[in-house]
Amino acid sequence: MGAVFAAVAALLLIVAPASQATSPAPTPSPSATTFQNSISGFLRGDDRAPIVGVTITATSGDFTGTAKSSANGAWTIGVPTQGTYEVKLDESTLPQGIKLADGQENPRKVTFSQTSNLSVIFAFGKGIVIQQQDFGQNLINRLVAGLSFGLLLALAAVGLSLIFGTTGLTNFAHGEMVTLGAVLVFAFNAMNLPFWLSIILALLGGGLFGYVQDAGLWKPLRRRGTGLVPMMIVSIGLALAVRYVIQFFFGGATQQLPFAQSAEIQLGPISISPNNLWSLVISAVVIALLGIVLLKTRLGKATRAVADNPALAAASGIDVDSVIRIVWVTGGMLASLGGILWAYYRPGVTFDMGSQILLLIFAGVTLGGLGTVWGALIGSIIVGIFVELTTVFGLAADLKYVGALFIMIIVLLIRPQGILGRRERVG
Amino acid sequence: MDFGFIFSSAAGELFSPTTAAYALATLGLAVHFGYSGLLNFGQAGFMAVGAYGFAISTLTFGVPFFVGLLIAVVSSAIFALLLGIPTLRLRADYLAIVTIAAAEIVRYIVTTNQLTAITGSANGLAAFEGDFYAMNPFPPGTYLMGMNNRDFFIRVVAWVVVALCCTLVWLLMRSPWGRVLKGIREDENAVRSLGKNVYAYKMQALIIGGVLGALAGMVFTLPRGAVQPANYGTELTFFLYTCLLLGGLGTVLGPVIGAMIFWVVLSLTQGILYGLIESGTITWLNTVQAGQLRYILVGVALMLLMIFRPQGVLGNKKELAFA
Repeated sequence: MGAVFAAVAALLLIVAPASQATSPAPTPSPSATTFQNSISGFLRGDDRAPIVGVTITATSGDFTGTAKSSANGAWTIGVPTQGTYEVKLDESTLPQGIKLADGQENPRKVTFSQTSNLSVIFAFGKGIVIQQQDFGQNLINRLVAGLSFGLLLALAAVGLSLIFGTTGLTNFAHGEMVTLGAVLVFAFNAMNLPFWLSIILALLGGGLFGYVQDAGLWKPLRRRGTGLVPMMIVSIGLALAVRYVIQFFFGGATQQLPFAQSAEIQLGPISISPNNLWSLVISAVVIALLGIVLLKTRLGKATRAVADNPALAAASGIDVDSVIRIVWVTGGMLASLGGILWAYYRPGVTFDMGSQILLLIFAGVTLGGLGTVWGALIGSIIVGIFVELTTVFGLAADLKYVGALFIMIIVLLIRPQGILGRRERVG
Repeated sequence: MDFGFIFSSAAGELFSPTTAAYALATLGLAVHFGYSGLLNFGQAGFMAVGAYGFAISTLTFGVPFFVGLLIAVVSSAIFALLLGIPTLRLRADYLAIVTIAAAEIVRYIVTTNQLTAITGSANGLAAFEGDFYAMNPFPPGTYLMGMNNRDFFIRVVAWVVVALCCTLVWLLMRSPWGRVLKGIREDENAVRSLGKNVYAYKMQALIIGGVLGALAGMVFTLPRGAVQPANYGTELTFFLYTCLLLGGLGTVLGPVIGAMIFWVVLSLTQGILYGLIESGTITWLNTVQAGQLRYILVGVALMLLMIFRPQGVLGNKKELAFA
């Protein structure tokens, strides 16, 4: 419990300066100017102490307004119209020892957006560095982050796609398999097991869940000859049950895994957090290994044969049931790994973290073509990069998943079988 | 434990407006899945379109009640058209994924901060039900089971709507149009070979079920006087499927009975679990976990129903939408 509080406190400490720099200061009361519109702000130093007597000017065309920061650091300049102004802080009037933070633009251009007051924040001291990345820099960073996200999606998507390929089941409980990995790492870690052991146990737990699912539920259903649509609805029931079982034990709060907070490091032109970099490398290696197994080994050949035509595979001596069992175990382990990486990417562990990305996993699988492994990989990477890039091109952050889902619908419209799929998928 | 209170609140659920809303939305699903074999996993999206269509047209554009109703119905029909055009030619599982994605898109759009002025983002919208209650013909007073005139009015309206829609669906399904629809469910190619335009029939079924969903969305929000995006997640659709499977897929009264059973059982389990916790009989559970335990039961019930009794309480096994 103490560790949780320490983690939360550490998190708050890290977040606090950033939020000071970005969230608008409380709006000062309008000054006694005759103008309806105003530009205003608070001047406060690193230590939150108000900075008094600093001159700030706003100019637009031939209008110039001036203000001095008051005893509580507040300043307000009345302006005649809502438009674009150049706001300049006179650095020569700053008190001794106080400087604008690195990267603070001064003077800067500001524009009104539909409100009569416009807040301008100047940050001071070296504790606060506003990131003034240029567009190209931002694009590259988001591209790499998107690749990392896409590859972790691919871990789950490849498992889902293999299961679909061999059994025909669209598994809505796959999101819960993703959640399980992260929750297990958190649980084992809370039992004071070493970090590496927690991860191994969580992966084994994910594989075990896949095994139990197939042995206890899906194989008997296949034996009964249950149709694909009923199986899909059963998987929804399973998803609901497992999601609330996890919530039952885990609770509704967000928890952090160890080492979830890390400063970004600079790799040439790219700045990336070490966690994202690890995630990218781990998922790329795992997927490459999986690819080698599928292409080069007897087991891989058998899996592809079952995916292609189960009856023919059975007739040529392949034990279809054991191949499917291995696919379920592999799928469970891959989903667990994806879940652990997703917990670091977000960052945080919650009971519904898997169902949050379930549709993105589906989008990746559908984009690439249901049932094809390479399609799932390519589709997931496209989805991951697309989700990250849409924010660079001006889509609000809370809409970034919409873009990916929308693209999926558009692709189904023009190429229903997906990028690598075959025509037969179309009904 | 106060069994009287537990049973009376469970009985209250039997005719609550929420049950009526679930019954209506499930009836829409019966038209989609039970009668036409369309696997719509986005019924929550249709409900959200109905609820928000009504709330936004009332609050932002200030239209009268019946114009708002019309706007909600028309926008859900347009939503169905938009969904149907790319997906109705595809296999069932594609339709499932696209509809669930579209429902989530609707939820993300009404949640985003970009549109707070129109949708109220995560807080949603409130105070749009004035016009509706202004039409209340019942004078203030106490009605059945101690309801006030507002509660009584919304229940009467909700269940009249349910009855009308059930009659409409019943008439439609015994008409030649309904027989073609069932034919499509059984064998699409056979119907196509008879010269029927399968695509058009499916589209009409999708629109009718979607409009029922939109009406359900309105019935759901009016008694609350508020609409919030969190209510329209994918879980809602899955609960509706549970209701549908409880009652019976290809039936008119199945959805109504399914919704009633669903809410009565949820209310009973909550009452009994809370009673056991308060009296100290159960100590390994707190009230929050008791709430989650009920939803675990919903999930398990959905699985067991689908496996062991897919035709539900009223259904006929020969009428199942799938072999």
